[in-house]
Amino acid sequence: MYAIEANKVSKNYFSEKSGKFAGLGNPIVRNNTGSKSLSDDKAAGVSFEVHEGEIFGIIGPDGAGKTTLFRILTTLLLADSGNATVNGFDIVKDYRAIRKCIGYMPGRFSLYQDLTVEENLNFFATVFNTTVAENYDLIKDIYQQIEPFKKRRAGKLSGGMKQKLALSCALIHKPTVLFLDEPTTGVDPVSRKEFWGILKNLKKQGITILVSTPYMDEASLCDRIALIQNGNFLKIDTPPNIINQYEKKLWAVQSQNMSQLLKDLRNNAQTMNCFAFGDAHHIGISNSQYKENELRSYLEARNHKSIEIRIIAPSVEDCFMELSQK
Amino acid sequence: MKQLYSFIKKEFYHILRDKTTILILLLMPIIQIILFGFALTTEVRNTNVAILIPANDVLANELAARIDASSYFNIVEQIHTKSDIQAVFRDARAKLVIVFENDFSKNLMQLGVSHIQLIADATDPNAATSFSFYASNIIQNYQHDLAHQAFIPGTITPEVKMLYNPQMKGAFNFVPGVLGMILILICAMMTSIAIVREKEMGTMEVLLVSPMKPLYTILSKIAPYFVLSCVNFTTIILLSVFVLKVPIAGSFASLVFVSLLYIFVALALGLLISTLTTTQVSAMLISGMGLMIPVMLLSGMIFPIENMPLPLQLLSTIVPARWYIAAVKSVMIQGLGFSSILREVLILSLMATVLVAVSMKKFKVRLE
Repeated sequence: MYAIEANKVSKNYFSEKSGKFAGLGNPIVRNNTGSKSLSDDKAAGVSFEVHEGEIFGIIGPDGAGKTTLFRILTTLLLADSGNATVNGFDIVKDYRAIRKCIGYMPGRFSLYQDLTVEENLNFFATVFNTTVAENYDLIKDIYQQIEPFKKRRAGKLSGGMKQKLALSCALIHKPTVLFLDEPTTGVDPVSRKEFWGILKNLKKQGITILVSTPYMDEASLCDRIALIQNGNFLKIDTPPNIINQYEKKLWAVQSQNMSQLLKDLRNNAQTMNCFAFGDAHHIGISNSQYKENELRSYLEARNHKSIEIRIIAPSVEDCFMELSQK
Repeated sequence: MKQLYSFIKKEFYHILRDKTTILILLLMPIIQIILFGFALTTEVRNTNVAILIPANDVLANELAARIDASSYFNIVEQIHTKSDIQAVFRDARAKLVIVFENDFSKNLMQLGVSHIQLIADATDPNAATSFSFYASNIIQNYQHDLAHQAFIPGTITPEVKMLYNPQMKGAFNFVPGVLGMILILICAMMTSIAIVREKEMGTMEVLLVSPMKPLYTILSKIAPYFVLSCVNFTTIILLSVFVLKVPIAGSFASLVFVSLLYIFVALALGLLISTLTTTQVSAMLISGMGLMIPVMLLSGMIFPIENMPLPLQLLSTIVPARWYIAAVKSVMIQGLGFSSILREVLILSLMATVLVAVSMKKFKVRLE
């Protein structure tokens, strides 16, 4: 049995203004007139399975449909089509059973700001018919870090501490499946790293974790990931497999005039794709015969100075960019 | 049960920690009662009066002394010529000028008729009407007494008697009104805001994804405001009995019963509003515009329902406050028994049933 199983789940919000779909499993609109016709190329809806005790990441930019997917699986929204189960329970029929066994941490900080850390935790414990003492060992590692501030109001905590408190509250009833919607958004890098360490520990205790994030660098910390864009999955696989699928040569290119460089690289006939990546542009080349020197002379002919070209290993983000182009 | 207890405790924390709101909620009835009772009243009390009186006129002086002795008027000034009248009003030294004609006593005794002119500052027409009326009453009483005791014939005095409110005390009218308004404000507005706040803050999402029964959520949201309403009810009743001296003429039990029923209707109304709105602002606007204004204008609190055009009279029948205020007036002021408010009780019960049924049906177990 899978911890989570989704079959062609979709939920669309059509915006008349932009003529675009938002939500999950959006139909591919072929004409630009914004007609609502379903595409024949691709069946609408997302399908995937999550194994028990797995950390499954949903990776994609804002507005890709991550929160919609989470809300459907946590029984907060009804899907337009498709079906799904959590722990074998149907998300529509058995929503009460699901609500007893899952933990959910919404993307926005959703605890009571005017209650103290301790009061929040106690409240959620009783809501789930349990006590803090009963499952203390599960949250001990996390809660210990915020325990010195237990008399402080939740609204006065720092971002990282808020996340830890929210996670403690989501874990207090020992859920078997944990849904974390963008738990690290707006959290500093140190706390983010710490947070993923905590998730690894929870996994060891047999908890299945479905986590979403817009940060591609967090993808490699998941067992398997699904890349999502415009409400559709681009790929589902382990992070190493996804990186291995990247067939092209990947170069990081720098020069004095970075904005002109991006234009010139994109105009190069050999370039498959090119994106700005921090301080360098990543350029994918599918022609294996095309040499570094050839690119260098191409750029020099266009007056670029202090050109640097490095061969780099692709990251999940490179793969995402490539897949999203297709 | 433990869930419910813990939830209600949490709700009390929310309310008690929001110091400004709780202060407003507790002080509002007190301030309203005091404002209506003392400041905004159209009752005549200590109105400043100036008199123009002929020198050494026995009867005129006697009448002036009687006016001054009443609790309604204070004679603050004696003027000597008619040209001073303008100045008195201009400098707001008095609201009423009483002008006795020359030879006031002589005319009354010899001709049987004498004249008094009452000149009122009618900037506030209602107040002016009231105190001119009061003053003429005193004068007529005086004439009456003269005729009977001193055998000086005067004109016939018409007897004016006002049922239930002989002193035209405004408090008799507005205490039920304030009760109706405060209770609906606290119950409906605050309950709807409290529920919608959970939606807006995102905590509703977490609560929904939990084994918590929706009924428990609703009950625990309602409980603190029920308690708060009872506190406010007690404050208003205590203030009106001991400060405004409005007695509870009828049965106290009936008054409490009909008030609890009304509180229940208001809570159900708040619940319904909360299921229809998603933001605190819209909940506040709907309860503010949708409840306050009808309560003020259509409940009979300010404007008598019998004087309204028929469409408005019909509209007023769906305003719970109309029935509540009518019932409170019957029990508290007129001292009628429970059987006389049976109609109001039945209508309020019907409203409660419908509102609870609709809002329970509309309460969402999901986000949409």
